[in-house]
Amino acid sequence: MIDEPTRWLDEGALRVLVPRVLAGLVRRGEDFDAAEDALQEALLEALRVWPEHPPRDPPAWLTTVATRRLVDARRSEAASHRREEATHAEPQPSVTEEGDDTLFLLFCCCPPDLAPASQVALALRAVGGLATKEIADAFYVPEATMAQRISRAKRALAGPPARRLDQPGDLAVVLRVLYLVYTAGHTGSPARVDLAREAIRLARQLTLATEEPEARGLLALMLLNRARLPARFDSEGRIVTLERQDRGLWDTREIAEGVRVLQSALAARRPGRYQIEAAIAALHDDTASAEETDWPQILAWYDDLVALTDDPVRQDPASVLGRAVAVGHVLGSAAGLFETDRLREVLGDRHRWHAVRGHLHELDGDLPAAATAYAESAQRATNVAERDHLVRQAARARAAGSARRAQR
Amino acid sequence: MPKYLLLKHYRGGPEPHHPFPPMDEWAPEDVEAHMAFQRHVTELLEENGEYVDVRGLTPARTWVRYGGPDAAPVTTDGPHPEISDLVAGWWMIDVDSRERAVELAAYVSSEVGPGGEPLYEWIDVREVMSAASSED
Repeated sequence: MIDEPTRWLDEGALRVLVPRVLAGLVRRGEDFDAAEDALQEALLEALRVWPEHPPRDPPAWLTTVATRRLVDARRSEAASHRREEATHAEPQPSVTEEGDDTLFLLFCCCPPDLAPASQVALALRAVGGLATKEIADAFYVPEATMAQRISRAKRALAGPPARRLDQPGDLAVVLRVLYLVYTAGHTGSPARVDLAREAIRLARQLTLATEEPEARGLLALMLLNRARLPARFDSEGRIVTLERQDRGLWDTREIAEGVRVLQSALAARRPGRYQIEAAIAALHDDTASAEETDWPQILAWYDDLVALTDDPVRQDPASVLGRAVAVGHVLGSAAGLFETDRLREVLGDRHRWHAVRGHLHELDGDLPAAATAYAESAQRATNVAERDHLVRQAARARAAGSARRAQR
Repeated sequence: MPKYLLLKHYRGGPEPHHPFPPMDEWAPEDVEAHMAFQRHVTELLEENGEYVDVRGLTPARTWVRYGGPDAAPVTTDGPHPEISDLVAGWWMIDVDSRERAVELAAYVSSEVGPGGEPLYEWIDVREVMSAASSED
């Protein structure tokens, strides 16, 4: 082990260099797959060499070492594969901004025809600079499985993207991948690699490279959501729902940044899903107590959200379900329950649908119905913490319901 | 060291020691005590150096088989879905002996139930086969 790591051996600092170096290699025409492997080797080499001989220009050092690896690899393959030598003669493009490199590489990693799981894995390794083992741990799969998934995904990419990356749809795929990384960070245990932080870091870099308000909307959503994380679980690891959270534990700095980023996004007057979801999160974050929640305003944003799709019940049922909660708070639980009825066919077998109905029944004071809905929800939960929470909710509602009956 | 699965079941197994309702009908404090015990078991196994894995399964079950050439897979929730054995989850442990596995299973079975009384739940103890021979 290294006793006194130099500044560059800080893992985070080293990983920040990855997009820049890799983008440089790919832009000058190197094969994505080979360049990524070469860079990973260069990073290992850096960990070995830099403590004794810190480089003057770390990105240049990594580029040189990775290039040497690429040449070696090519030489050893030369007998069977004749490659174009022309690409080597091309001058390296001038230094680009960190954000541009991140955007470029994310586009490389997220072709729309690649499965989401592969896009996520590839983005974390090639752009996030995470080791395969770390990514495997984050997704509870053996390292060999993740290595195979990454190498298959890389083989599916042939060099830089063939077409120009200025279609709105391209960015939408990238944003969805970052959001997947973020949400994956919330289902694992806290000891794992902090995927949520990683997603925020990448989203922040992305906003340096694009003016698209949805990119800032996504960053704002992640920040505003993550700000509540310290209050989301108690010391025993039990879920604490929004209305019961200790709001003093919320990260006010992240909330302030999220609101600032959201405002700059909304100023562009091109609203989209992430901006709207961030606006809803901001309204919750901005409220001192659950009772003061501005439900009419939240409902107005949900109206905008479900208006984004032609057939929200089929195309965006999660938003319709979120809206049903707001309807319940604004117009009464019967109206909210009526909204959930429309989703029965689409979401009736999902735990969240039953949990929302439990919440609405409870709001209505119908505790036996709430208990039944929570128990139904617990049966369908796919996450231990959520399942345990729902069983508790069911038991609590049932006990409170019987106590009330006994009083009468 | 042999590995064992200590399997918990949603249903199935020998005649229960005593009947008990589903957990959502227990008093909230009993639910808390039960869940705290589950966490405690995992922590205990970790401290002992006997822990390998802990997992829960959702109760939804689908039996699937090959449907034949050019046919969709055949699926069913099984014969007698209401009464057939249904695994709820497991601890995988790595212990010195079968006796130790039985001892731990009995401890798991002493978990808190309604009224704060032990549940006496049946635990299914299964040895995990190793891939390679341990002897020459």
